[in-house]
Amino acid sequence: MSAEPATSGELQTIVAARSLAGKRSCFIGVGRPSTAALLARMVHNPELVLVYESGTIGAKPYHVPLSIGDGELAETADLVVSVPEMFNYWIGPGRVQVAFLGAAQVDRHANLNSTVIGDYDHPRTRLPGAGGAPEIATGCAEVVVIAPHGRRTFVEQLDFTTTRGDRTTLVITDLGVLEPVDGELTLTTLHPGVTVEQVREATAWELKCADNVVVSEAPTARELSALRELVSR
Amino acid sequence: MAQLVSLAEAIAETVHDGDSVALEGFTHLIPFAAGHEVLRQGRTDLELIRMTPDLLYDQMIGVGAARKLVFSYGGNPGVGSLHRFRDAIEHEWPRAIEIEEHSHAGMANRYVAGAAKLPFAVMRGYTGTDLVAHTRVKPITCPFTGEELTAVPALNPDVTIVHAQEADRQGNVQLWGIPGVQKEAVLAAGASVVTVERVVDTLEPRPGGVVIPGWVIDYVAEAPQGSRPSYALGITERDNDFYKEWDVISRDREQFSAWMDEHVLAELAA
Repeated sequence: MSAEPATSGELQTIVAARSLAGKRSCFIGVGRPSTAALLARMVHNPELVLVYESGTIGAKPYHVPLSIGDGELAETADLVVSVPEMFNYWIGPGRVQVAFLGAAQVDRHANLNSTVIGDYDHPRTRLPGAGGAPEIATGCAEVVVIAPHGRRTFVEQLDFTTTRGDRTTLVITDLGVLEPVDGELTLTTLHPGVTVEQVREATAWELKCADNVVVSEAPTARELSALRELVSR
Repeated sequence: MAQLVSLAEAIAETVHDGDSVALEGFTHLIPFAAGHEVLRQGRTDLELIRMTPDLLYDQMIGVGAARKLVFSYGGNPGVGSLHRFRDAIEHEWPRAIEIEEHSHAGMANRYVAGAAKLPFAVMRGYTGTDLVAHTRVKPITCPFTGEELTAVPALNPDVTIVHAQEADRQGNVQLWGIPGVQKEAVLAAGASVVTVERVVDTLEPRPGGVVIPGWVIDYVAEAPQGSRPSYALGITERDNDFYKEWDVISRDREQFSAWMDEHVLAELAA
């Protein structure tokens, strides 16, 4: 029996998980980043140290947590620290290598907006706000942004700059991968079956493309079965 | 020295209309029972302070108890929006609300300065973001190295309320699991209330346990299950299903108000 082909969302998670091969530690939030990091521990990097904002360092959850405060994170962590300690001793000095971040808006320099859509004082949509992102993005050496690819997300101009993009190394979407080249996000990888035109259409700025855009490797049977087993737990 | 009293008495003695009140608990030990008691006692015009407003502040904002919110992340973790928080900011329902927002690191350092009774804390952060123009931070130069840093003002709430697993009969408190910013928030406050799952004869040391001595706490009140639908590690479980249900309950103003009347405010009449 052959498995159903990967959805674009599954592919995004699998590509994000691959980016953690060989890394020492990763800071993660909930949702797809958490799924990707757990998958990385299963398939690519069993020693990867997962760090959650709630203060749990070295958490080894069996289930994908709904919230960063889930009890399983605290119970399986190597150490559990207070919020001031998390930011002042661990995030700020750069002790966590990679960070996975999401955002409502991303600009061509990988700056992120998670604060408001519209005017700050009279927002059309009030978003949750900064959380830990601004200091995580300047503390961790490598920032990987995980976002759905569309013109509402990949915008010409952010409505609000919540988080700086200086340290972003990868932007992984459901269509492909963007990487900064001379400070500007550039399409370097397409997921199988996606065209350059599709990605350009889904990006509100004039997206630059690398000279040799590659196609990301199709999910292996092991990656796909591990991911599906993980989310079914 | 902490007095062991009922929850109603602890709130009546400490929380007044117009006060700045912090109810802390970072994804764990969120003091729902105490927050609900504040609402039942009809307190209003509050300046509510909390890093992650969560469902509790969505409820308190939704009934109109807050004139101002100080926070760093206003989402329903893992689920999506806090609809009452959004409705208050986007549509001024049920009243206009002033906001002051920071990053988590900023809020955490504000509590640290508050606990230390220093006027501000120093950190790297905020620079290059639009937060600078919309919140209370200032650039500051390191007098030793010349590095440009950011100063955040101390946070000293009139009242801090937190929840913990256990207290002894002298009012010494111990919490364990994710410790959040509760110790700092208690030490920063003018007055403090700690609700606990249970009162025990003797506190047993727990791995990672944070002890707050009774002589820095004003009131301790027993409130079993007092952090549900959040949780108290080792005693209650996080009710993830309720966090998802809240997305539906809170989406509609009338449905929200009916739910609050039935599940939170009705206990006053009973």
